[in-house]
Amino acid sequence: MSKRLTGILTPIIAVLLGIIVGTIIMLASGYNPVDAYTALWNGAFGETYYIGEVIRQFTPYILAGLAVAFAFRVGLFNIGVEGQFIVGWLASVWVGVSFDLPRVIHLPLAILAAMVAGALWAFIPGFLKARFRVHEVIVTIMMNYVALHTTNYIIRNVLAAKSGDKTEQIHESASLRSEFLQSITDYSRLHWGIVIAIVCCIIMWFLLERTTRGFELRAVGFNQHAAHYAGMSVNKNIILSMLISGAFAGLAGAMEGLGTFGYAAVKGGFTGVGFEGIAVALLGANTSLGVFFSAILFGILEVGALNMPLEAGVPNELVSIIIALIVFFVASSYIIRIFLDRFSKKEVK
Amino acid sequence: MEYVIEMLNIRKEFGGFVANDNITLQLKKGEIHALLGENGAGKSTLMNVLFGLYQPEQGEIRVKGNPVNITNPNIANDLGIGMVHQHFMLVDTFTVTENIILGREVTTAGRIDIKKAEQEVRQISERYGLAVDPQAKISDITVGMQQRVEILKTLYRGAEIVIFDEPSAVLTPQEIKELMQIMKTLIKEGKSIILITHKLKEIMEVADRCTVIRKGKGIGTVNVSETNPNELASLMVGREVVFKTEKKEAAPKQNVLEVNDLVVKDTRGVSIVNGLTLDVRAGEIVGIAGVDGNGQSELIEAITGLRKSESGSVKLNGKELLNLTPRKITESGVGHIPQDRHKHGLVLNYPIGENIVLQNYYKKPYSKNGVLNFREIYKQAKKIISEFDVRTPSEYTLARALSGGNQQKAIIGREVDRNPDLLIAAQPTRGLDVGAIEFIHKRLIEQRDNGKAVLLLSFELDEIMNVSDRIAVIYEGKIVAVVNPKETTEQELGLLMAGSNRKEAGEGTHV
Repeated sequence: MSKRLTGILTPIIAVLLGIIVGTIIMLASGYNPVDAYTALWNGAFGETYYIGEVIRQFTPYILAGLAVAFAFRVGLFNIGVEGQFIVGWLASVWVGVSFDLPRVIHLPLAILAAMVAGALWAFIPGFLKARFRVHEVIVTIMMNYVALHTTNYIIRNVLAAKSGDKTEQIHESASLRSEFLQSITDYSRLHWGIVIAIVCCIIMWFLLERTTRGFELRAVGFNQHAAHYAGMSVNKNIILSMLISGAFAGLAGAMEGLGTFGYAAVKGGFTGVGFEGIAVALLGANTSLGVFFSAILFGILEVGALNMPLEAGVPNELVSIIIALIVFFVASSYIIRIFLDRFSKKEVK
Repeated sequence: MEYVIEMLNIRKEFGGFVANDNITLQLKKGEIHALLGENGAGKSTLMNVLFGLYQPEQGEIRVKGNPVNITNPNIANDLGIGMVHQHFMLVDTFTVTENIILGREVTTAGRIDIKKAEQEVRQISERYGLAVDPQAKISDITVGMQQRVEILKTLYRGAEIVIFDEPSAVLTPQEIKELMQIMKTLIKEGKSIILITHKLKEIMEVADRCTVIRKGKGIGTVNVSETNPNELASLMVGREVVFKTEKKEAAPKQNVLEVNDLVVKDTRGVSIVNGLTLDVRAGEIVGIAGVDGNGQSELIEAITGLRKSESGSVKLNGKELLNLTPRKITESGVGHIPQDRHKHGLVLNYPIGENIVLQNYYKKPYSKNGVLNFREIYKQAKKIISEFDVRTPSEYTLARALSGGNQQKAIIGREVDRNPDLLIAAQPTRGLDVGAIEFIHKRLIEQRDNGKAVLLLSFELDEIMNVSDRIAVIYEGKIVAVVNPKETTEQELGLLMAGSNRKEAGEGTHV
């Protein structure tokens, strides 16, 4: 069996296994899995409203997944996508509420602010890694907390409206919302962000696979010694990859700030989008196309799950379990690969 | 005559590829039996069959006359077969004793009696003349000593038959001598040895008989006393092999590389290159001879910019290169065939074609405005692959999938094709078979004849003597002598490498 086919089959089998084990768990706890999955399906595709919500849901997942995948391809594990997402969210909203500009300037400016904020937040661990070999996992985890509490402070003390834990609504000129997209999806919260996410998928693919810069970034990811030998600057590429990764994460934040919500609120804890990005990247094998599809799957599962308690009386936490199982099976894809290899060996004989 | 192991008419296929085709190997008790073949000839496959890692499609294995069915390595161990692997299987942070008993720990109430184990290790090591310190940590001992630990591991497990897989590949000349002695001692103590190698000199020195395989086929078994290296080489390669590298007289011109008073510190902060001075002229090959660890690797890393230098100067065609970036140094006309091709030479997960442009992917025509031009990249790759006889299914095959010799040819192709004024070749033939070695030597000499300067680092004295026009002996971070290969002997070089001065060494050989 070719490597490529194995590479495609592995995540698909992982998803199926996750669903099968999820079914067993439902049966064991006395729920009807057929009803549950029907409810999930209806909750994701039953009405155009739900389809719009699914797309809205997976838009930031794509960008968060790209952020994790991009760093990973250069050999870095960016756990800090959550933090970069949060600062990106706030930065976009800050620009959105502070200026009064024509839309052609205001919207790009707000988006740019999110990218810059995310990139700067990721620059710190990237720089520490390049300069002092401090492990990026530790620093990015810490930076998540710093991001959470700093943004909360800023929202409360600088930007909050009278109510005290929420910024004002961004100006219309900075909003990604679209009358048109809302009207065709029965007034879901669908916004233009999906276009940005798709463009970013293409950018990531082109940058990594087609440019000399991508050639360097991937070489550093595979073998730093050989990259150094070939005259590439390992440190420069490490920092650059974190900047780009952070920019993707910041953009994911802008999707919420300028699209879904239009404001930033004090958060009691992490949003989870950044961590979802890790799962998305893992399932998508760190390629931009893979990230795109796995983000869609996660979006479907999470939006559809909301319908499960209503229609089938099944708690939507079960979907969290299924998602966790899928991630588990992908992470242990080694087992799946062994089975596929066995299977293909038998075919030869 | 009694055979301890017989592998009769072994055939092993992988898919459609026949790795072993009707190979017979019979090991007599108390002999050193060499298994000779080029890289990829099927030596490892055969040994893995013996070890139970692969099941043969045809053929029979007998141990002491009894047919056996070896289905996993534990059975091989129980039958008294032990293997000293080329890449050591040792835990760096464990002591010698801990490594030896690992997996065979004798415990009392769940506690390992390390004192007793150390004593046992000491006993075995004295009996077979394998000097090791049972309490030393693996990370603190030399490669030669690590290999002795591997040998002890097999003996501790009661091996009667010891397989050595390319044992000398990682050793210095002195350590190789010691290893030969160890093998002879093992034979005296009643063990039998299979020696996998492609070094003819070693076979001639220690082996009793030699089985040759070529492209998966058994060519035959010869008595070493009745053959000579030339015959063995042609049996292995299937054609005549020229040993004495043919070359014209060198016509050296101006200095290309001038290293002056160079000081380089190693990771521990010791000045490992310590005031070194060396010239390489256009149109000559300068070989650096020395025992590993005397600063030769660091010297090359300093010249190529991979390591920071403390002081001194490195000039190429009169231009200072000291502490420039590797990119700048490469662009000023230095080609570098690195010592460790997996670590530095290749991105193993890149296709071989992309590895061929690893040094100039950013230049035209391989890219334009920062966008790669894959058509040009693979055109160049095709050219190098055919010119340098890189055997690969295609230029899109991952570098990882190629054999060592073909990986090396690709690297040499890449570096030579850039036509650098100075070509640095660090152990360019390490682990390669005679056919590939011949090819690489020819290419180095070709560069020289084209008026380029070549700096060759090798731990193989034969290679240094054969290929170089001048030999610079390095000792404790300094060039202690520069000799003409035609006017020196291996003995003199050996003494110089060990630190005796020129006069003493000279007297030693000429008297």
